[in-house]
Amino acid sequence: MAIKVGMEVSIAAAEAVKQANTDIVAAYPITPQTHIVEHLAELVNNGDLDAEFIPVESEHSAMSVCAGSSAVGARSFTCTSSQGLALMSEIVYIAASLRLPILMLLANRSLSGPLGIWNDHSDVMSIRDCGWIQVFAENGQEVYDHVFIGYRVAEDRNCLLPFLVNLDGFILTHMVEPIEMIDQAVVDRYLPPYKPLYSLHPDHPVTMGAFADPALYTEAKKAQDEALKGSLPYIMKGWQEFGDLTGRYYHPIERYKTEDAKVILVTQGSLGGTASIAIDNLREKGELAGLVKIRLWRPFPFKEFREAVKGAELVVVMDRAISYGGPGGPLAGEIRSALYAQERRPRVVNVIAGIAGRDVAPEDFERMLQQAQQGSGEGYEIYGVRG
Amino acid sequence: MIKHLDRLSVKKARQVSKEEYFVPGHRACQGCAEALAVRLVAKALGKNNVIACATGCIEIFSSPMPLTSWNVPWIHVAFENAAAVASGIESGLKVLMRKGRLPQQKINVTAMAGDGGTSDIGLQALSGAFERGHNFVYCCFDNEAYMNTGIQRSSATPFGASTTTSPAGKVVSGQTSWKKNMPEIAVAHDIPYVATACTSYPFDLMEKVKKAASIEGPAYVHILSVCPTGWRLPTHLSIHAGRLAVKTGMFPLYEVERGRYTLSVDLPKLLPIEEYLKIQGRFRHLTPEMIKGIQKRVRDEYEKLRKKVQMTNEDQQGKAVS
Repeated sequence: MAIKVGMEVSIAAAEAVKQANTDIVAAYPITPQTHIVEHLAELVNNGDLDAEFIPVESEHSAMSVCAGSSAVGARSFTCTSSQGLALMSEIVYIAASLRLPILMLLANRSLSGPLGIWNDHSDVMSIRDCGWIQVFAENGQEVYDHVFIGYRVAEDRNCLLPFLVNLDGFILTHMVEPIEMIDQAVVDRYLPPYKPLYSLHPDHPVTMGAFADPALYTEAKKAQDEALKGSLPYIMKGWQEFGDLTGRYYHPIERYKTEDAKVILVTQGSLGGTASIAIDNLREKGELAGLVKIRLWRPFPFKEFREAVKGAELVVVMDRAISYGGPGGPLAGEIRSALYAQERRPRVVNVIAGIAGRDVAPEDFERMLQQAQQGSGEGYEIYGVRG
Repeated sequence: MIKHLDRLSVKKARQVSKEEYFVPGHRACQGCAEALAVRLVAKALGKNNVIACATGCIEIFSSPMPLTSWNVPWIHVAFENAAAVASGIESGLKVLMRKGRLPQQKINVTAMAGDGGTSDIGLQALSGAFERGHNFVYCCFDNEAYMNTGIQRSSATPFGASTTTSPAGKVVSGQTSWKKNMPEIAVAHDIPYVATACTSYPFDLMEKVKKAASIEGPAYVHILSVCPTGWRLPTHLSIHAGRLAVKTGMFPLYEVERGRYTLSVDLPKLLPIEEYLKIQGRFRHLTPEMIKGIQKRVRDEYEKLRKKVQMTNEDQQGKAVS
């Protein structure tokens, strides 16, 4: 029987990494990721998890160790945040092109400078095009569940891609939530040991990471793009089978009261819950408001997104990262281009808020939606700037 | 007793395996001693070997997609992380064998990189891997500059050498700093085995690499790999130049086993440094004063090394190693 336990989300995530029978944990400490790796170190040193815990000297080496260990067929995990991701980003891209099914939890935190340890999405947006499957978790349960789903999808021979789970720093990592733990037998059924298609072993020598000249580079990249786009049905399958075992079904896009909505708010990550309160308040005031939460960020679920907002006249996209001097936040840019080719398309107003831990309350969402009625649909606005 | 490596050549050559793990057809320059060193390292380590290779000449000349020169499992990830990738390979194999998902067997893990990938950009990852104590062999193929990108200076470029980023100019005459002593940095990590080697002494090189692989824990082998292209040297003089590097004391061959120093070739009298410098275009501009300075430095460093040999062998009761 699955049991519900109140625990910090970081601890739940680490417990999931243990239950997933991870072979390699390579990580470097950075706030607010630390509780996850601290707990994993405890699990390994107490003999509760049979894995190699590699306390690397940098995040760059964390991802490099995972590349090496994943290439020999070991289930490999790392976890970082902000500057750590920026430092490891060179290898993040290479892990995808090497098709190594590494799992990474990213405790989302603002990028320096000024230095700030609090939550926004500027870190992950810096690696938007790295070629990983990327999801955003809204709560602790989703984080816990996506450790299993992540490995399962990543290691699916139809995918063989690394998997990134975004969880908002502090807001999720340090939150105590009721988490429904899955029985080990169920985990084992859902997630069998990783059997690599190719691995580094003397019995069958292979060359990995060869260089390509212009005659082959484009083809290699096309193949990689096809792999990421083609992973969508297997991500859906991973979610479906997980739902069949646990009763928790996930979708690329989550909708809340969108059926008749004229105004739709779009969020990613943990603010989804707060936003839904704002939607309820607006509904009470007679506004036809709805909420769309983007869970799957890469591959971007264009079809599902268009379907979710098809009746809307106004789409208000809340970004938690800035593309300085650009057309809007990264999410709004995505959504505008997802809708551009549509014959009937809603106006898309972009609000940037919740940067580096600035609180966003339900009233803020309500105000954003009201202000957006007058919004031009071009560019972006940074919400709640003082002075 | 002096270990005369040259005398062993004829007999030794017959004992060497005919198997090749780094096979012909690669795209290295003519006279490349690094390619030869790589071949000898691969031969010495044999079939049960997994290689993590840094970006650089080796990676470029051995893995043009869809071809490969490698008959052993080989991976290239990036420039500065060969030691970290090797850490992952070693730990991965260990945990999979422990958990029974791979059969128990001895598989050597090798990391290879050039001097830039080792003593500059890869130094942090290497230091981390040494400190964590992974069981692997790290081979630095030192051709004394960033040859792959077009002969730019590295911290391993010798004093005075003209490179494209330390050109012999009217005011500044080539490299202004002394070669970073990478083997000593490895020794400072207190790892069980450190050695220097040179392609011009192939059997010594292979013996050291084999020893490095047989020792539990991190091992570091620093291999001087003559680069005719970058050193402005006729291609048929690669082996000759390597010998002169050793015989002039410019690049002494030695081992440090658990802190104990041994000179592999001890030379009672070093050849004058000019012998080595004058055949290379990269030193063409050196003035007699600069050469004198280099000569002094080489002699001092050699004496320092001899003292380390003496000091670390004092407990051997007069049984001198050299």
